[in-house]
Amino acid sequence: NTVMATQMTDAHRRFMQILMSNGITEGSEARKLHQHCCETDKVYYAHNKLDDFINTINSHLQPLFMQIRKGISEDDGRAHYAVVNLAETEVTKMASDYTEIELELFRKTMDLIILSENGFASSTDILNLADQLKTKKMKKKEAEQVLKLFVEDKWLSEKNGEYTLHTRCIIEMEQYILSNYQDVARKCNICHSLAIQSQVCESCGIGMHLPCVKKYFKGQTEPRCPKCNEFWSYDTP
Amino acid sequence: QVSELVQFLLVKDQKKIPIKRADMLKNVIREYRDAYSEIVNKAGRILLEVFGLQLVEIDTKRHIYILINNLPRAEGQYLCKDKEKEKMGLLLAILSFIFMKGNSVKDSALWEFLHLLRVYPGKQHNVFGDVRKLVTEEFVRQKYLETTPIPLTDPPEFKFQWGPRAEKETSKKDVLNFVAKIQGKDPTFWASQYSEARATS
Repeated sequence: NTVMATQMTDAHRRFMQILMSNGITEGSEARKLHQHCCETDKVYYAHNKLDDFINTINSHLQPLFMQIRKGISEDDGRAHYAVVNLAETEVTKMASDYTEIELELFRKTMDLIILSENGFASSTDILNLADQLKTKKMKKKEAEQVLKLFVEDKWLSEKNGEYTLHTRCIIEMEQYILSNYQDVARKCNICHSLAIQSQVCESCGIGMHLPCVKKYFKGQTEPRCPKCNEFWSYDTP
Repeated sequence: QVSELVQFLLVKDQKKIPIKRADMLKNVIREYRDAYSEIVNKAGRILLEVFGLQLVEIDTKRHIYILINNLPRAEGQYLCKDKEKEKMGLLLAILSFIFMKGNSVKDSALWEFLHLLRVYPGKQHNVFGDVRKLVTEEFVRQKYLETTPIPLTDPPEFKFQWGPRAEKETSKKDVLNFVAKIQGKDPTFWASQYSEARATS
């Protein structure tokens, strides 16, 4: 009975509150949270029906131009959930947490990351950007602190002194990135979502997420590009 | 307009910043001023229905609002983020102290109490950082605490009381139960606080 199914209960509201305060929630955590909310608010817990539970919330979020969206981590292929603002034309969620100059640094960092070959920007390159900001110059020490904040708040993630976009950032800003970086942003050939980190075919230029590559080439002794059939020259993860 | 206002309120509330009517008018409602009440009421209904948050006017003169959690409090780990959990722990201790001392304490008494918790306003605390700032600025700005200068004191002294957000988000009964639990006594042990807690719950 679909009318019954779309009623919001306190369990849905609690789930929503916690999802919003987490910023990003990993799949198995979300399932545990679903159970916790149903138990706390004494609502029937339909085991393994997290997607239905989320759909109920989403049907109420739709008129608000918000959505709980599932995204796949480019690092480990695991599902994560985040609350997305669909009406965004700018990085508005960040806008309330950071100053003008910090936002400018973020946008320029995002440029570097998206334009890069491998989806990473080195800390040296980012710190050099701090000098060139239009709003006001930022000292390197300040920029280092701001980068730390971006990582803490899960907009960026850091690996060996290099920075890429955090899964949270990708889920929340996918629309923004695809429309603002139309010509440069890559889409994965397998899952068709935005790909920041990817392996790119040297012959025809298509890109694929690392977890997607892993799945696609599983068990194949001679990995070949799905589009142009050339040998896939990278180590498959 | 309504959905914009809902987003605006959610974002402001994430930082626990109280929202002024003037800000709502300027940033969101803009040219729809005449429909202000209608828009705010609709937004309030949505916040309650979808997010379980209640829009409450804590200052009817200056028209200042906060969002409070309408859901029954849950036990355990999902309460709030770690950094927040620790701050809330400290806040609860402070609110308890203020209540047990008759709802108002001098700043010097509060600092002495915090010393007992090994929290020193002069020193950087490894979890809370600048404690003086946290207590006198952040908790006050978030409306958890209220501080008023005590007249005719030199150097100026202040008194601390519960702020309007504390009054809405917790209760004297909860706080008394918390104190009782810690001290291993029955809440009725503190007769006057107990009857006050019952009267206001």
